[in-house]
Amino acid sequence: MRTNDVMLQTVTKVVTFLILMFAVHIFFAGHYTPGGGFVGGLLTASAIVLLMLAFGIRTVKKIVPINYVVMTSVGLLVAISTASASVLFDVPFFTHAYDYFDLPLFGKTSLHSALLFDVGVYLVVVGVTMTIIQTIGEDE
Amino acid sequence: MMTFYWVALAIISIAFAGLLFRLVKGPTVADRVVALDAIGISLVSIVALLSLIIETEFFLEIILLLSILSFIGTAAFAKFIERGEIFDRDDNR
Repeated sequence: MRTNDVMLQTVTKVVTFLILMFAVHIFFAGHYTPGGGFVGGLLTASAIVLLMLAFGIRTVKKIVPINYVVMTSVGLLVAISTASASVLFDVPFFTHAYDYFDLPLFGKTSLHSALLFDVGVYLVVVGVTMTIIQTIGEDE
Repeated sequence: MMTFYWVALAIISIAFAGLLFRLVKGPTVADRVVALDAIGISLVSIVALLSLIIETEFFLEIILLLSILSFIGTAAFAKFIERGEIFDRDDNR
């Protein structure tokens, strides 16, 4: 049965990019305010789920050709290597370093190495969530 | 003004309790889905009123997050009621 969901598809084309932008914002806001890799990953996953709702699972696989299992393992690798890199500098495991830099357009910014760990968390969360949803959605 | 916020919070909490009753009791699935959507909106209002009462801006992102999740959940439920499946097997474009 062919059904017509013009409304859902039109709204999705706008709202997906809003959600992705909000995910990036909340990912970078994560150090001093609420947010971080976990919530950013969940928001990205929900944007992809919205695309799947509107356009079907096969179309989304063509748009975003990512193997989510590989994505999960890459994220775990990034997180673990960032955490254990502190051992090389003779400080305890998971110690993170930060410094202040003068970036163009942002002014004085504090850059933390914890952000790299958060990238790992982000990849793991997106990968695991999308693996679960694809596995549930695909079986009969 | 603070009394006004507290009264509004109490009224919304009463509405929240009524919606919870509808969510559990609801005779049809459609009733439950509407109740769930309205619970999301009530949660957003409660968070907004709380952030007004304790005068902070940290909760504003939570409002946006809750409304996004509530929207996606409602869309998925609506599609499930209409078609019986959430993700289409064959592409309908």
